[in-house]
Amino acid sequence: MILELKNISKHFGGVKAISETSFGVKKNQIFGLIGPNGAGKTTMFNIITGNYNPSEGEVLLNGKNITKMKNYKIVREGVARTFQNIRLFSSMSVLDNLLIGMDHVTKYTYFETIFRFPRYFSAEKRSKEYVLEIMKNLGILEFKDELATSLSYGNQRKVEIARALATKPNLLLLDEPAAGMNPNETKELAELLFKIRDEYDITILLIEHDMKFVNHLCDEVLVLDYGKTIFQGDIKDAIVDEEVIKAYLGDFKHA
Amino acid sequence: MNKNIRNIVFIGLAFGFLFLAQNSLDQYTIRVLNNIAIFIILAVSYNLINGVTGQFSLEPNGFVAIGAYVTSLALLSEDMKWELFQLEDPSPLILALNLDLIPALFLSGIAATVVALTLAFPVFRVRGDYLAIVTLGFGFIIKVVAINSPEFTNGAIGLNEIPSIINLYWTGGIAIITIMVMLNIIYSKYGRAMKAVRDDEDAAAAIGINTMKIKTYAFGTSAFFEGVGGGLLAILLTTISPDLFQFFLTFQLLIIIVLGGLGSMSGAIVGTIIVIGGTEWLRVLDGPITLFGTDYGAHPGLRMVVFSIILIIVMLFAREGIMGKKELTDFFKKKKDQK
Amino acid sequence: MDLLTFSQQLINGIGVGSMYALIAIGYTMVYGVLRLINFAHGEIMMVGAFVAYVVLDIFGLSLAAAVIIAILMAMLTGVLTDKIAYKPLRKAPRISLLITAIGISFFLQNMVNVIFGGATKSFPVPPFFDKIIDFNGVIFTPTAVIVPIITAVLLVILLYVLYKTKYGMAIRALAFDIKAVSLMGVDANKIIMLVFIIGSSLAAVGGIFWALSYPIITPYMGMMIGLKAFAAAVLGGIGSVGGAVLGGFILGFTEVMFIAFYPEMGGYKDAIAFIFLILVLLVKPTGIMGINFEKSRF
Repeated sequence: MILELKNISKHFGGVKAISETSFGVKKNQIFGLIGPNGAGKTTMFNIITGNYNPSEGEVLLNGKNITKMKNYKIVREGVARTFQNIRLFSSMSVLDNLLIGMDHVTKYTYFETIFRFPRYFSAEKRSKEYVLEIMKNLGILEFKDELATSLSYGNQRKVEIARALATKPNLLLLDEPAAGMNPNETKELAELLFKIRDEYDITILLIEHDMKFVNHLCDEVLVLDYGKTIFQGDIKDAIVDEEVIKAYLGDFKHA
Repeated sequence: MNKNIRNIVFIGLAFGFLFLAQNSLDQYTIRVLNNIAIFIILAVSYNLINGVTGQFSLEPNGFVAIGAYVTSLALLSEDMKWELFQLEDPSPLILALNLDLIPALFLSGIAATVVALTLAFPVFRVRGDYLAIVTLGFGFIIKVVAINSPEFTNGAIGLNEIPSIINLYWTGGIAIITIMVMLNIIYSKYGRAMKAVRDDEDAAAAIGINTMKIKTYAFGTSAFFEGVGGGLLAILLTTISPDLFQFFLTFQLLIIIVLGGLGSMSGAIVGTIIVIGGTEWLRVLDGPITLFGTDYGAHPGLRMVVFSIILIIVMLFAREGIMGKKELTDFFKKKKDQK
Repeated sequence: MDLLTFSQQLINGIGVGSMYALIAIGYTMVYGVLRLINFAHGEIMMVGAFVAYVVLDIFGLSLAAAVIIAILMAMLTGVLTDKIAYKPLRKAPRISLLITAIGISFFLQNMVNVIFGGATKSFPVPPFFDKIIDFNGVIFTPTAVIVPIITAVLLVILLYVLYKTKYGMAIRALAFDIKAVSLMGVDANKIIMLVFIIGSSLAAVGGIFWALSYPIITPYMGMMIGLKAFAAAVLGGIGSVGGAVLGGFILGFTEVMFIAFYPEMGGYKDAIAFIFLILVLLVKPTGIMGINFEKSRF
């Protein structure tokens, strides 16, 4: 189990966003977190990545308790995420956006920076090579010097995923990566994610609404509704489950 | 390698300019150039925390004051101190403080940085725009402390007869060093992290950046060079007092970096030349004004009004300033890529 | 400290505290709805004092006229500041807004300086306010009594408006969630204008009280007093009107008591606000009343 959530609850004032949810994600799985809007999926992400503290429960990463850890420290433990509404750094190129992902991997001190010690040059070179490789793998190498936010929506998505990959994660959290994409782009994305999973030996946990996409991609899903787990298991069984169908009535994209 | 040669050429040209200027220009122009050099140091430092890291701060006048006092006290001989201190006897600590120019300037920087790090902890721990208010208040407090501890600072009287031991080589040279340090920081993972904090602090944290640490680095670095700049300013002026480091100094720097382009080092340099050079020219506004034959009388302070209007207009209509966030070198790079 | 001196200081403290409270309210309300530190607010107080000065000294009208005209001018200044400088930048990055606010602050200080030429002016305190009253050894002027009473009245009126009228409700809702309120058909800009009107009038009153209590006014008085009032607002809990009042009184009392106990350290009185500010940030950043503005950032 690379990721384990034990009895997680989260209240915001009077609202219970998540109630006693537990699940586990195995290494190299592509795990889907699905459910109608407002079910608590992004909240779950925020708890895993340390942006929120759960009201109850624990988050374990490879057995290590990361529940109360600060968000930037969790990245160093190997968890990276993307955002629903793509948050790239607007003043920087694609290359620089990715290099920021490598921040905790690129090791040289402030002092060494000012006086341009050799370690600065070797570390920068290594990191640059690594991210150029990532860009090549994701098909965005041609944009490396462009302003990240000037790219098309689909490419910006890729940059965000690439940036998350640059942090050398073991676990990648993707928040609605296929949002706003047409079926062709979605298919491409699914293939890309398979490729990434294999090539970088990582586990992927994603939030999605597109059932066809989820069906194609995910080994296992967890269905949330109003903060409660209503199903966990294979996606094929999920779509015929009564509770799941009820929850999605009106929200369903037929597979 | 190409880049290194280009850098060496630039520095060589710069020193060549300094040599020519020091030896051939008149006193008045040299004074203005000295002023410009010092303000370049202050502006590129201020730009680091405000423009590059995006944290609105009003710190310069406070740190400049610290630097000015530290350097002055370090350069004044023991005898001088006995002579100058009129309100109270100088404290033994002050009497013992005797340094040469370079250690004095270095100590100025360190002193400012220590204070900055102390302020950084309560302020950066917390989200919100408290940095501006805290640094604004800090500027006032420094003045209060300077006035109320005459055994350290000679109180409201201030210090004079500070040895005038610098020239354009010093101010220009240190300005060049400061620019190089700033550029080295910006073109590194620390600079990238600072810009990330500016662009989207929460996303930066989500990518693994310790935002509090980065802000502290930027703030401390700005403070250091503002302290050094303060030391140079004290020597240039040869006389300082608590009244000298008012908010207007910070305001001038703010206009400079906004006009030049928040976040751009080249912009800060360009802005300094325009504003400090322009200040001389705008001095006429503080005197009697005759426009199209009508005498409007003298209104001291009109210059300040014009400055504030310029700032507001830039913020409302040309927020990016002259350079935006780009550096001069970016324009050269673009051309090279297009070949 | 004996009872006499304590009573004396109590009266002083209540006076100073009232003034800080009146000014702090403007800061906290604007911060509440716009998340902006209105650096120019201290200057609005200063404008109030100067307009009153002009009305009294140059036009020779009554104090009542001075107060009314000063309040109107302050309201105008506040509303214009918002319309000209803040409103166009509603969607701009926060730092642009803060820089513009500082620009307005500096502009007002120096504009007043240019208009009135020369730094300090002597405020013409109407004779009634100068009378010395001796009550069992405690010495004070009518100002010291009037200031707290009127402040209390104004506060009651403000609380009524905030909690019992639909405009007040809109203001409080805006502080919570500006987007949601707009979606419900409320013109956010009109409500914001109302916030500036309220804050500016209170600041003008505070400025006049200040001038009556300490009859020297300068174009630069707004900066220091404003800074302290803001610190008071943070101490009480930025965004909370009750907090602003609480913070104002705590700061006022502390300053007065500090001078009473340590008169030789008088010069450091101004540092107290700063120390409070740092302490709040270290111990409880949301202040005494502790309003948490942290909405979902992720």
